[in-house]
Formats: sequence, structure tokens, C-alpha cells
Amino acid sequence: MTSLAATAVTAAYGPRVVLRECSFAMGSGEIVAIVGPNGAGKSTLLRVLAGLLRPAAGNVTLDGRDLTAFPRSAVARRIAVVPQIFDTLFPFTVREVVALGRTARLGAFGRASAEDVAAVGRAIGDLALEGLATRRIDRLSGGERQRAVLAMALAQETDVLLLDEPTVHLDPGHQLATLGLLRALGTRRQLAVCAVLHDLNLASAFASRIVVIAEGRLVREGTPLEVLDAQLVEAVFGDGLEVVARDGRPAVVPRVPVG
Amino acid sequence: MRTLSILGLLVAALLVSAVAGILVGAVAIEPGDVLAALLGSNDVNGTIIRELRLPRVLGAALVGGSLATAGALLQGLLRNPLADPFVTGTSAGATLAAVLAIVLGLAAPLVPLASFAGALVTVTLVWRLARLGGGTTVLTVLLAGVVLTSFAGAVVTFLLVSSDRLALQLRAVLGWLQGGVSVISWPELGVAAVIVAVGLGFALVLAHRVDAYAFGEDTAATLGVDPDRTTTAVLGATALLSGAAVALAGLVGFVGLVVPHALRFLIGATHRRLVPASFLAGAAALVLADLGSRTLIAPAELPVGAITGLIGAPFFLALLMRSRRIVV
Repeated sequence: MTSLAATAVTAAYGPRVVLRECSFAMGSGEIVAIVGPNGAGKSTLLRVLAGLLRPAAGNVTLDGRDLTAFPRSAVARRIAVVPQIFDTLFPFTVREVVALGRTARLGAFGRASAEDVAAVGRAIGDLALEGLATRRIDRLSGGERQRAVLAMALAQETDVLLLDEPTVHLDPGHQLATLGLLRALGTRRQLAVCAVLHDLNLASAFASRIVVIAEGRLVREGTPLEVLDAQLVEAVFGDGLEVVARDGRPAVVPRVPVG
Repeated sequence: MRTLSILGLLVAALLVSAVAGILVGAVAIEPGDVLAALLGSNDVNGTIIRELRLPRVLGAALVGGSLATAGALLQGLLRNPLADPFVTGTSAGATLAAVLAIVLGLAAPLVPLASFAGALVTVTLVWRLARLGGGTTVLTVLLAGVVLTSFAGAVVTFLLVSSDRLALQLRAVLGWLQGGVSVISWPELGVAAVIVAVGLGFALVLAHRVDAYAFGEDTAATLGVDPDRTTTAVLGATALLSGAAVALAGLVGFVGLVVPHALRFLIGATHRRLVPASFLAGAAALVLADLGSRTLIAPAELPVGAITGLIGAPFFLALLMRSRRIVV
């Protein structure tokens, strides 16, 4: 049972404070969605959880140990991150990109062990990338590239998976497919999954828990049903949205007519 | 398997060009006499082969291999297929430091160390500028290179004109600045070879970590690379390689740009393969370019930098125009 916890974390870029006293914990088997308006500090929270940004105050712990005490390679064996932007100008193949997930475990001169090769193969299989394995990543569609980067993160074989807006470049069908896959993998392998999501309905449909960030503060957390009520949605996202109940899950739709 | 056969081919190409470089020259020497000279014959041919052609060929190989390896590392680190020691101004910084060392009267073996220091300062500056640029690093790096190169050039001109010590050897210094391997002594070669060996060793150890930079520094970190330490080490290796190349041959442009770029089409982007392949191919390419510089307008000689510029500059332009995507 893994737990990743932030305690009273304040984070800043130079003098600009982006996150104020956020406390939040997640554990194995959970799918947590971080939602909130643009610029609220969602990605910053994710960066703090990944150990990429050192908190100005407060701390992040992994299984009770301060994250800053881990060397990067040790963090990489426990926490995988799917970045929002994964453009590259170089002709890496899909298999090579997936193999990047093993960076922290490779031997001297980057030699891959049999276990590394097997893990890459499994990740490729998990995301059904067998047919694309030798294709160049810079020649794939957005959805295919997303799957390759997801496979890279899975090849890290961590117990925590953090994703920064994993659906932002995808059409609705691929958004559902990606999140469905994440939920299936997360449940099957008891991963602790945390994703920044823009779409409240996707968050409602896939997350076991939703965390709402607004103006750098954590304003609400709980199950979708507990969090997404009319009062919160209006307070955080303005009065243009309406919350309707759909099969026990809240859905957020624009008020008609708009404006 | 495919990688091994390509590396094998590159070794063969390097050997063939080296043999050609030793056989061909301003003075026609029969292959049999060349062999005798290599084995230590005590005549004029012996002197020409052992003191001129052999160090020249080895020097060209070291310079080409170093520049191409440094180019591969820089391109990977900066995520910029248009980077190399020349274009980023790293070579110019190394030149300035080397000229400064000569002006100050430092002992000859210290000159390569000075050019390493100059390269390190410049390449670190370029890297910091590229980071400031955020998403638009490709252009930032090129502009930084233009600025640094003209600044270093201006200071070098100032030093050349105002220093009495340099005035005495102005021709030699100018020839070196243009990029030439025509006169390389064994002691120079020895010092440079040691520096290149260290730089290449670092490059081979670091290569797989450079791959992790493909999606940016943050992703490199989440993949388990310590970005500060790795970046420092890669910049250091780049500076060792370009510093040694500049100390031997002055400003030789575009080898570091063209060679890794062409090789990616053959063996892909993975630096574990790209780094050794770049060294071999860069070495072979510059030995051939030097052969061209000696024979194209014989008995006169071109500086080898003129040859690499003639081939490299149009290549660079084509790359710039073809891939507008990477410039914005």
C-alpha cells in the first residue's frame, strides 16, 4: 500500500506564490482527478507531487518519507509522470520512447537487462502498440503518441502514476478510451493514479475522488457526488454552468441559451 | 545487428580515408615508400610521412570526431537539431580563450586547456539562454550563437591587432583561425588526444541519459535523470570535445551539425548508438575533407574549414527552410 501525501504545501515560482497550504493524500487503487479553472495551480500541484518543484513551505511524503530525501532515480522507480507536452524533433521509434521509461534502471552505458526488455514489451502490449513499435513517434497521430507516452510511464513500473491533462489533445472518443484504460490498469495493478483534468464530466465519470483547486487553494475534495454540486461549480467556474444528475454521477452542462 | 554493421562500416570508412590521407599529398610518394616511412625509414619521405601526413590525418580524425560527438550531445541536450559547437558560438568562445592564452604567453600545452575553459563558459551561457527561451529554444540558440561568435571574433581581432606577441606569428594564427589541420605537432596531438578521450568517455557514459531529454528537462527528471548533474556533465563533455578540436584546428564549421543529423536517418535517434557513430563518421568526414583541401587546388591548399563550410552551410540552410516547424 503506497501513499503519496502533501501536507500544507505552499509552492512558488520566484516571488509568485501559486499554491497555498494544500494538503492532500492519495493511495493505491485510487483514481484522483485534480480540477479547477485555468491558472488555479493544478499543474503546479502535480509538479510538487512529482518532486519536480520543491515546496516553499510544507512537504510531500512518499510512504511517510520526505520526497526531497529521495534521489531522482529512486523517485523514478516509484512515481511515473505523463507530461502534457511530448513533442520531439528527433526520430525516436515508439519502442525507443517506451524504453525511456526504464532509464532509472539501466546498467552502465545504458545497457538494458532482460527484465528491462520484458517490461518494455509488457507496456507496449498494455497499450496495444505492437503494430506501431517500429514507427517514428514524430509521425504518429496525437492519440497514438499519447498512448506511446503512457506506455513509457507504465514501463517505469511505478506504483504512483501522475498525469498532466492526459486528454487535452484527444477527441472525445480517445479521451474516453484513454481514461477507461487508465482506470482498468489502475484498478488491476492497484496503482495510485492522479490526473489533472479540464473536463468536469470526464472527472466525474472516471475519478474515485475529485480535488478542486481554485486560486492556489484546495477548496473541496471528495467523491464526484460530494464535490460537484451547483454551489461549488458556480463559485469556482462562474454561473454559466448547470449541474444535472446522470445515473448517480453529476454532469455539468452549459445553461441554455448561452449568454 | 544493424547497428553493429553500420558501426563496422563507419570504422572501415575511417580506415580507408585515413589510408588515403596518408598516401596522397603534395609530394608524390609511392605506397611502398610510405610503408617504409611508417616503419621508420630515415629519409625525406620518412619525415614527410611521420611528421606531416600522419599527425595531420590523426589530427583531422580527432577534430572531426570530437566536433560531431559534441554536436550530437548538444542537439540532444538542447532538443535542437540545428545546434553544434560552431553554430552555438562554443567554438568561437574556445578560440577567444586560446588566443588570449597565447597573448598572455602561456605555455603551449596550456592552450588546449584554455580553449576548453572558453568552450565551457560559452556553452553554459548558450544553455542558460536556451532555457530562458522556454518553448522557442531553436531560434534563441541560433541567435545566441550569432551574438557570441561576433563578440568573440571582435575581441580576437582586437587582440591580434594590439598584441606584439601575436604580430610576430600573425600568419600562423590567422591560418589556424580559418580552420586548418595543416601543421600539427605530435605533442599537440598527444594533449588533444587525452582531452578527447576523456570527453568521449563521458559522452559514451552519458549517452542514454541524453535520450531522456527528448521530451524536455522535466520529463528527464521524472524518468530518473538528475537534471542538474547530468546537464553539467554533458556541457562539460561538450566543452572538452570542442575545446580540443578548436585547439588543434581553429574554427571548423558544421561538422557537428551535419554528421549527427545525417546519421539519425541511418541508425535512429538513440544516443547510445548516435554518439559512437558520430565520432567515427565525423572523424572519417574530416579526414576526407582535409584530403579535399589538399588536392582540390593543389599545389595550393584550402583551410579544411573552407571545405566544411562549403558543404555545411547550404545543408544548414536547407534544414532551416525545410523544417519551419522547428524554427517557430
